[in-house]
Amino acid sequence: MRVSGKGLIDRNTVLNFKFNGQPFQGFSGDTLASALLANDQRLVARSFKYHRPRGIMTAGSEEPNALVTVQRGKSQEPNTRATVQRLYEGLVAQPQNAWPSLKFDALGVNDLLSPFLVAGFYYKTFMWPRAFWERVYEPFIRHAAGLGALAEAYDHDLYEKAFAHCDVLIIGAGPSGLMAALTVARSGLDVILADENDRLGGRLLSEVEEVAGVAGHMWVDDALAELVGFANVRIMTNTTVTGAYDQGTYGALERVGHHLDMVPEGLPLESFWRITAKRAILCSGALERQIAFPDNDRPGIMTASGMRSYLNCYGVSPGQKIAVFGNNSDAHRTARDFAEAGVEVVAMIDSREGTSTQVDYPTYAGAEVVATSGRLGLKSISIRHNGGLKTIECDALGVSGGWNPSVHLTCHMNGRPVWDPSLASFLPKEDAIPGLVVAGAASGVMTTAGALAQGCQMAQSVAKDLGKRLMPSDLPHAEDRPYEIEPFWDVGGKGRAWLDFQNDVTTKDVKQAVQENFRSVEHMKRYTTQGMATDQGKNSNITALAVLADATGRGIPETGTTTFRPPYVPVAMAALGAGGQGKGFAPERFLTSDRATRALRAPMIEAGLWYRPSYFPKDGETHWRQSCDREVAMVRTAVGLCDVSTLGKIDIQGPDAVAFLDLLYTNSFASLKVGRVRYGLMLREDGHVMDDGTCARLSNSHYLMTTTTAAAGQVMRHMDFVHQALRPDLDVSFTSVTEHWAQFAVAGPQARALLNGILDRKISDKTMPYMGCGAVQLGGIEARLFRISFSGEHAYELAVPARYGDSLFRLLLAQAEALGGGPYGIEALNVLRLEKGFITHAEIHGRITAFDIGMGRMISDKKDCIGKSMAARSGLNGPERDQLVGLRPVGAVKKIIPGAHLFEPDAAPIRKNDQGYVTSMCYSPTAETVIAQAFLRDGRNRMGQAVKMVDHLSGVTTLCEVCNPVFFDPEGGRLRG
Amino acid sequence: MRIECPLCGSRDRREFYYSGHASALERPDPDSSAEVWDDYLHNRDNPAGLTEDLWHHEMGCSAWLVVQRDTVSHAVLAVRLAKGDQL
Ligand SMILES: [Zn+2]
Repeated sequence: MRVSGKGLIDRNTVLNFKFNGQPFQGFSGDTLASALLANDQRLVARSFKYHRPRGIMTAGSEEPNALVTVQRGKSQEPNTRATVQRLYEGLVAQPQNAWPSLKFDALGVNDLLSPFLVAGFYYKTFMWPRAFWERVYEPFIRHAAGLGALAEAYDHDLYEKAFAHCDVLIIGAGPSGLMAALTVARSGLDVILADENDRLGGRLLSEVEEVAGVAGHMWVDDALAELVGFANVRIMTNTTVTGAYDQGTYGALERVGHHLDMVPEGLPLESFWRITAKRAILCSGALERQIAFPDNDRPGIMTASGMRSYLNCYGVSPGQKIAVFGNNSDAHRTARDFAEAGVEVVAMIDSREGTSTQVDYPTYAGAEVVATSGRLGLKSISIRHNGGLKTIECDALGVSGGWNPSVHLTCHMNGRPVWDPSLASFLPKEDAIPGLVVAGAASGVMTTAGALAQGCQMAQSVAKDLGKRLMPSDLPHAEDRPYEIEPFWDVGGKGRAWLDFQNDVTTKDVKQAVQENFRSVEHMKRYTTQGMATDQGKNSNITALAVLADATGRGIPETGTTTFRPPYVPVAMAALGAGGQGKGFAPERFLTSDRATRALRAPMIEAGLWYRPSYFPKDGETHWRQSCDREVAMVRTAVGLCDVSTLGKIDIQGPDAVAFLDLLYTNSFASLKVGRVRYGLMLREDGHVMDDGTCARLSNSHYLMTTTTAAAGQVMRHMDFVHQALRPDLDVSFTSVTEHWAQFAVAGPQARALLNGILDRKISDKTMPYMGCGAVQLGGIEARLFRISFSGEHAYELAVPARYGDSLFRLLLAQAEALGGGPYGIEALNVLRLEKGFITHAEIHGRITAFDIGMGRMISDKKDCIGKSMAARSGLNGPERDQLVGLRPVGAVKKIIPGAHLFEPDAAPIRKNDQGYVTSMCYSPTAETVIAQAFLRDGRNRMGQAVKMVDHLSGVTTLCEVCNPVFFDPEGGRLRG
Repeated sequence: MRIECPLCGSRDRREFYYSGHASALERPDPDSSAEVWDDYLHNRDNPAGLTEDLWHHEMGCSAWLVVQRDTVSHAVLAVRLAKGDQL
């Protein structure tokens, strides 16, 4: 119910919303949880395992019970905590874990079966028989395990990722965080102040105690007004810092659109931030824990501080008759605030002896709650007091077992928190995260005055670390009453007492784990699933381990805690992977001829990040092979045009360029003349082939290397290493120019005729011989011409600055067509190279040597090169090696399948008889047969022999003849023609 | 994780390519025995604590760096240009 005169809500702005199909009203400033409580909607969920009726337990992100599914248009978001979901007009939410309805839940029968569903139940019950695992047990568990459901449609919501840098990151904007932010901001350092709520202030919004003589929220408003005036301060609301990582890197989740009914076009729902900070101040506060007593999970039972938040921050009382049960001085504030607000307080139960209060309501010192009643909501509690039992009617019970400082982030880099007996809590270990200090309740300082002072003090020390001198600043006056607590964890007794509300773990489960010898805290956690739900046991872990410590007879510090790991709150995969969908999955690289190519209806295929044309279909061609065969014949008889700009191009200059090349390549480049091109082979230092390509000498100390498309990045990195790490004495510079040049292969008998139609000066075999290169001009543009061939034809590659690529492609296209030629795609390119016996990275796959591809003699014996020593190892150069051969089918079956293995014709096709494998194949229109390249054991000595190709995947067996891999023009006359 | 590139300043580790222990800088003489080469190429210590490894600032200045760090605490203690070791 609403309480008049209380709360920071706007009672003039009414918001309509739906929960569980029913219409409700709330106010602007409400969360879904506060609005539900205002409407006396105590039952909001069913528990995970026993399907127990559950209500709202907290007022923050640690909420274990009130998980709902929020529907927004077509998408739905499960496991939304009603306590952090800001209310908006038209919000629609559904409860979870309830079937068929919230009030009557069929699986509530689990609760009656609870004696069988205790800890370890799954491990024990679902063991045998084995055949039941998939068919019976898994579907059962999956159906029963109802932690929300995803919409099965495509998620249209936008998510974003973002990066930020600052001097000081302040995590949490309660009293210590705000004071720290003010102090650092005044020093001029760059500050990010992140808070998980949409309204800053932390507990100051939920308490009635004044700060600097005004209400807490008013002091917050003043602090904010000052902070927003600083250009060096960035305030991030709705932003939870989720993890602390190395070198001052923090993960943070910003909920950008969750509080909006309609997320505007382009605005993400969530944004995942990576924040880099020189220093951080953790002001994450503390979370209140429960006390275990029988049936402590009924709707209406909540944390005492949460109850106070609903009253002071939202003007809501969760009941008509309020009771409070605690073991510390803080719990009394709840009873006091409700009494002063005019709500009936029926009992203040304190487990400590001798406590009293000045306010007028029944107080029971040295008492404890031993039972509760009310199936769908609390009706009464029974207390033990002065040796007797007493039943008290009440519909809301606030419980405080004390405060746990939120030390989570300090544990993300293996820091173990330290037990403090006077606070009965774990405190952060100092310097657990390099560069991070802790202030306020998170460090065990429980008064407002203390939090303000420590926030200021930590800010000053951090600013000093960063070289800033600060003027001493005045601290606002605030309450300073000591926090007094006597540890009290578990009332005991017969009934079930809940610890982990989300995973339905009771004290009995923990005790049973101990009985079954799961005594270590990590074992107990896994056996009972304590703390393993989405709330990660934020308000139950410490109580659970106190119960464990008691059951094992060890102390709490000896028992230790489980490990807190990132993220601090659940983070949607969509936020972590933001930007990685669709076009964002990988960058796309386009050729300068891309538009003209697509206009010719060429299907594009990915080659690394590049998009290249597969083939260029002509009217009437219905199958890619028709186009490919035509394009091959076109190159062999007339002229073809292909964009080869994807090849890596590295410009190398300097007096020591040739010495550098001689170290990189197996063969010598010292003898390469200016204006000539040479094929080169590069090894890795372990003696295997890294890459191959051509290298042109453009002038005395200027070379242009090409790499394969696939290995361009790897080769560049390798060259950087060889130069910087091995031979920095060499006077050479190099840079990638792959994207600076558009380069086109012009191949076929008409290639020279085509070029002579467009070059400013005609070329001849004399001015541009085979493996020649040089500068040329066309239309007044400086271009480069290389007479090299990957097709076996008389061919050139013509390169122009990339900005001329598109127009050159169109010009070459027109010229080629006039000569009976045209463009060809990479299908034809592959056929042409296989006919000629050239290799690609299908062959250079990382496990082959120069010897294997018949290039052993390309390793010069006159000089050292990378990989030379290891290439000479035994085992890399003999008949035991799989060597490059050609294959052609000779039996009735004509299929050759890359990846298939080779066997002796009579041998069983099993692993130990393996003789090699196929790497590439195609149909050769020139040879009019299927041809292939393969690696075959001692293959060069097996020319003319038969081998059997067996592909176990497709069940194909093909008899093949071993042959020279060069199927076309083995003498090379056409290259030189 | 962040690495302080001597040329570019503090950068996120995503800008770097990792390439194992800095012993790769000590390339053996070409005529060394197979054992020496095998050791150079394949055998690496896996220390709990101080180590030096090679990182390539591939998305930055292309410098190969020797990064001294602690494998236990993840602290990055010093970064220098690999080039400097060889001159
Ligand atoms: Zn750099």
